[in-house]
Amino acid sequence: MVFLDFEKPLEVLYEQLEKIQQVGEQGEVDVSATIKELENKIKQTRKELYNDLSGWQRVQLSRHPERPYTLYYIEQMCRKFVELHGDRYFADDKAIVGGIGSLDGQSVVFVGHQKGVNTKMRQYRNFGMANPEGYRKALRLMKLAERFNFPVVCLVDTPGAFPGIEAEERGQAEAIARNMFEMAQLRVPIVVTVIGEGASGGAIGIGLGDSVYMMENTWYSVISPESCSSILWRSWDYKEQAAEQLKLTAEHMTDFGIVDGIIKEPLGGAHTAPDEAAKILKRHLKKEIAELQKMTPEERIERRLEKFGSIGQYDVLESEAEATAKAK
Amino acid sequence: MGWFKRLKDGIQTATQHKKEAPDGLWYKCKHCGETSTMKEMRENYLKCPKCNYHTRIGSHDYFDLIFDGKYTELFLELKSKDFLNFKDLKTYEDRLKSANKKTDLPDAISVAHGKVRKRPVVIAAMDFSYIGGSMGSVVGEKIARAIDFAEENRMPLLLISKSGGARMMESAFSLMQMAKTSARLARMAKAGVPYFSMMTDPTTGGVTASFAMLGDLNFAEPEALIGFAGPRVIKETIKKDLPEGFQTSEFLLEHGFLDFIVDRADIKEKIGDILLLFSNAEANA
Repeated sequence: MVFLDFEKPLEVLYEQLEKIQQVGEQGEVDVSATIKELENKIKQTRKELYNDLSGWQRVQLSRHPERPYTLYYIEQMCRKFVELHGDRYFADDKAIVGGIGSLDGQSVVFVGHQKGVNTKMRQYRNFGMANPEGYRKALRLMKLAERFNFPVVCLVDTPGAFPGIEAEERGQAEAIARNMFEMAQLRVPIVVTVIGEGASGGAIGIGLGDSVYMMENTWYSVISPESCSSILWRSWDYKEQAAEQLKLTAEHMTDFGIVDGIIKEPLGGAHTAPDEAAKILKRHLKKEIAELQKMTPEERIERRLEKFGSIGQYDVLESEAEATAKAK
Repeated sequence: MGWFKRLKDGIQTATQHKKEAPDGLWYKCKHCGETSTMKEMRENYLKCPKCNYHTRIGSHDYFDLIFDGKYTELFLELKSKDFLNFKDLKTYEDRLKSANKKTDLPDAISVAHGKVRKRPVVIAAMDFSYIGGSMGSVVGEKIARAIDFAEENRMPLLLISKSGGARMMESAFSLMQMAKTSARLARMAKAGVPYFSMMTDPTTGGVTASFAMLGDLNFAEPEALIGFAGPRVIKETIKKDLPEGFQTSEFLLEHGFLDFIVDRADIKEKIGDILLLFSNAEANA
């Protein structure tokens, strides 16, 4: 088990538990009562630790090395899934995966960022940082979904779109912009869920949908706390403060009306019971898809435009408003 | 041995005896280092008369350059506010105040409608001097309203980008302006109203990755920095030096992301030509 720095009390308890279990295995003393007590203590400590997590702690959880990723969720949720590859222009990006799967009989096109589960795979997946061909593959699959009237499910989990020479040469900016442009008018339902990190353009490039939810221990922001710290504080040491200032947690984002709600995770985070997390996610996706399928494509497109069109916080000065009205 | 020798180290002139060169008489080019008079500069469309470097100019400079004389500014009533109480080394509120004081602009974008070669057009132009031309809620809303205005009046829209990207101090709200503007442009495209995107130095980040790259025509001034990630970030990530001319207008033209590059002296004529060619555009849905 991997423990995060703020989970230190848990780590200590688990160590104690392990030792006592070893004693128990030797068979000389009856330790069942002590084990029971420790297990209760672990439960209690976990509850307390997770009761009030800071922004930075959520960021840490979203990056937990044992956290389930897109392909895990798809495999758990779908009895049948065919992964599809390539953007048909340049290459097959490994950081964005996609394909057609069946959610209890309903064919769905999945698109999502994919991170690796070990060092080698993390490199192979480029740490979930997509190149333009990843966004173009995603768009190709969404267009496929539109042609056959399949709902689209997008799973967001990226530290950002890849900042590389080739990415710029092949039009990283254009690929992300084009996706939002096309997704705004896509005729089938789009259900977006942030399952881990939701960083900047890399996230919104597959993030424009009819329904946008965040899992409990995830974040969504215009920039990662680290980069924000390096730009605004001119040092890498203020990531905790940056995470607080950016107000990037699921609670904040729901309060702001930028996302529609929060998907609960098992206590201690999705990685403590990934199969349970997948069940919760599946229930959520099925419900959202069913709701959205009641609307016509035109209604959904109109609603999408209204949803994203109304996001913004600003003052309107009365006197200037009158001046502009006259000018018209 | 030298003919002249500094006897006392450092600058000895007291501040009150310092001789100031009057502002606005001379221009020293950041690019070639040569000095010209401001008069020569102005006559040369605010480009360096020696090396043709296109200096960073403001929204109203572009309005004066492109419109046939008068134009009407729109949406001046929208003002940014610090609704997240964002504080890094400074508060966002202070940043807004000092930007307002420094620039006398309402925000990082101005929108106006008028005529170019007698044809109506809406122009939205960004100001880099206002918090790096960054896109927050007001920039997004003004672009959205400019699109609505263009669509309602069936006037083509020209958007002149000059921005470091999204405004961090508005966090996810600034990110969502990318989705907001892109979605609105998709609707206008369906309605058959032409949208022209001109990129100027610099156009990076969330601005490039949304409306700047979505023009029916995309073009740029020469030698502008245009990209998604900033050159410093890329260099730090890949730990290699960047090739010569990387992320310039010429680089983007070569890689197929621009329709053409236009010298500032020719912008008005080019826009006039385009408006003529698109004057009988209509929706074909």
